Amino acid sequence: MFHDLMDNRSATAGLIIIILIVITAIIGPWLAPFSPIEPIPLDRLQGPGLIHYFGTDSLGRDVFSRVIYGTRISLMIGLISVVISLVPGTLLGLLSGYFGKRVDSFIMRTMDVLLAFPAILLAIFITAILEPSLTNTMIAVGIVYIPHYARIVRSSVLFLKEQLYIQSVSHLGGSHLRTIFIHILPNAMPPIIVYATLGMGTAVLQAAALGFLGLGAQPPQPEWGAMLSEGRQYIQIAPHVGAFPGLAILFLVLGFNLFGDGLRDILDPSLRSQ
Amino acid sequence: MTPGYLFNRLVQLVLILLGVSIIVFLMLRMVPGDSAQLLLGEFASPQELASLRAKLGLDKPLVVQYWIYLRNILSGDFGNSIRTGAPVIGEIMERFSATLELSIMAMGIAIFIGMIAGVISAVYQQSIFDYASMLVALFGVSVPIFWLGLMLIYFFSVRWQVLPMMGRLDMMMDVPRVTGMIFIDSLISLDFEAFWNAAQHMLLPAITLSTIPMAILARITRSSMLEVLRKDYIRTAKAKGMSEMVVILRHALRNAFLPIVTVMGINFGILLGGAVLTETIFSWPGLGRYVVDSLMARDYSAVQACILIFAVLMTGINFMVDMIYAILDPRIRINE
Repeated sequence: MFHDLMDNRSATAGLIIIILIVITAIIGPWLAPFSPIEPIPLDRLQGPGLIHYFGTDSLGRDVFSRVIYGTRISLMIGLISVVISLVPGTLLGLLSGYFGKRVDSFIMRTMDVLLAFPAILLAIFITAILEPSLTNTMIAVGIVYIPHYARIVRSSVLFLKEQLYIQSVSHLGGSHLRTIFIHILPNAMPPIIVYATLGMGTAVLQAAALGFLGLGAQPPQPEWGAMLSEGRQYIQIAPHVGAFPGLAILFLVLGFNLFGDGLRDILDPSLRSQ
Repeated sequence: MTPGYLFNRLVQLVLILLGVSIIVFLMLRMVPGDSAQLLLGEFASPQELASLRAKLGLDKPLVVQYWIYLRNILSGDFGNSIRTGAPVIGEIMERFSATLELSIMAMGIAIFIGMIAGVISAVYQQSIFDYASMLVALFGVSVPIFWLGLMLIYFFSVRWQVLPMMGRLDMMMDVPRVTGMIFIDSLISLDFEAFWNAAQHMLLPAITLSTIPMAILARITRSSMLEVLRKDYIRTAKAKGMSEMVVILRHALRNAFLPIVTVMGINFGILLGGAVLTETIFSWPGLGRYVVDSLMARDYSAVQACILIFAVLMTGINFMVDMIYAILDPRIRINE
């Protein structure tokens, strides 16, 4: 498995980016030269230079330090949102695919309804109703992607259910619970892992979009989307305020997309991209 | 297409739309506080509140309330905006054409460039063009479009000053509105200056909005074409001495089209969502910006109407994609 990963250029590149980001998130406080929230009014809107590598924002805060601290927030958003969509999505997909018939119809039609909303719009609606905050951003982004996992897991279960080794488990008297969680779930994992990896990138993008619209993290939290929103106001005189947080988002999402693409080639040869 | 297939799909369509309306209805009821107060805003008079409560049946059971709600929206009554007092539906119609114009333009750019790049990449697999375009496509699916829009504004409008940074037309200019789409309206009134001006205003937002669909289309066209190009009938066509161009366009692309059409359907959803961000950045007076402005003003009548309309649009487009799919591939409608 590890050798396969290393042989795959896309996966290797993605993995390197992800490792760099995780290290940055862990050692962030030692890496950042300034406080991410302490304003220094005399240093307002300075361009990138030797003291402030990425310049300063409208309150004189160091953009580089804020981007570094933002890494933690974005990684956390990605992880938690993915878990919020993955766990219920997987359970629903398992139930739907395994029991079929009415259970399947009911679950999948409900999922179809959720899929009828453009993702970002549903997330906007949910955060607006729950009150804008970082926690609610994660909940909203998580809920929006539940149907995607349910669909993927369901189609794997439909295939697995027909396999001889699964059928023999039930013929031998294995309970539903045992068949689903011990025999079907582990075999349905590869596509879930691939989708969750790609989903990290998507979740970070969506959460940043909510932050950008003012519905996500609230000031003075150094969340990348919210920083971009501030940068928008100063685009004419200080483009660096928005440029660097955006590059950080791009870098993180690129990492997860590259790694996800690579994983897909390794774990699921039938989907192998040429 | 068999009538049975069409009927099944139509029933599904209606069920999904009903589900959508239930979700929007329930979510608004979940907001803490009084729904009438929520819809009318904090400055509503007691008389207005009482009259809306009666109209929405807020003292009645939830099921009855939903029924009243459904009846209202089916008759086009989405309530009034708390900001302007005008019916929400009228405000939405005014802005719809701006979003439609932008989306059509963006989808046009995405299809044109995305598909050409995908076909060339597949035909010249592992060439420099292939690597370069797939790298660009990878960036395209990873980039936050609100950041891309800002950077385009910075370079093209602030630094080089070659394109306008916001709006649909210069302040001094106007065209008589017929369709609401400035491109068409300026042509109708033969005002070519306005047409050129509108085109300049359109370019940056359309490019921003087209990025993700373009990247996805390029990737899916490439992989779909690669699969088809390996088929025996392509070899046969080439062996018969047909020109490369005819083989690629007539034999390969046509058969590679199915997955591409599916992706286009998904793309419309991305496009509608992307419109919210793009319109906010470029101050484009469309539906997307209207949703955001309404949210900031806690204008819930407007928000719920927009969300419903976006969902209806998306469901409608997916339905059409399903139909096109069935026409293109007879196996699908037979298997149903």
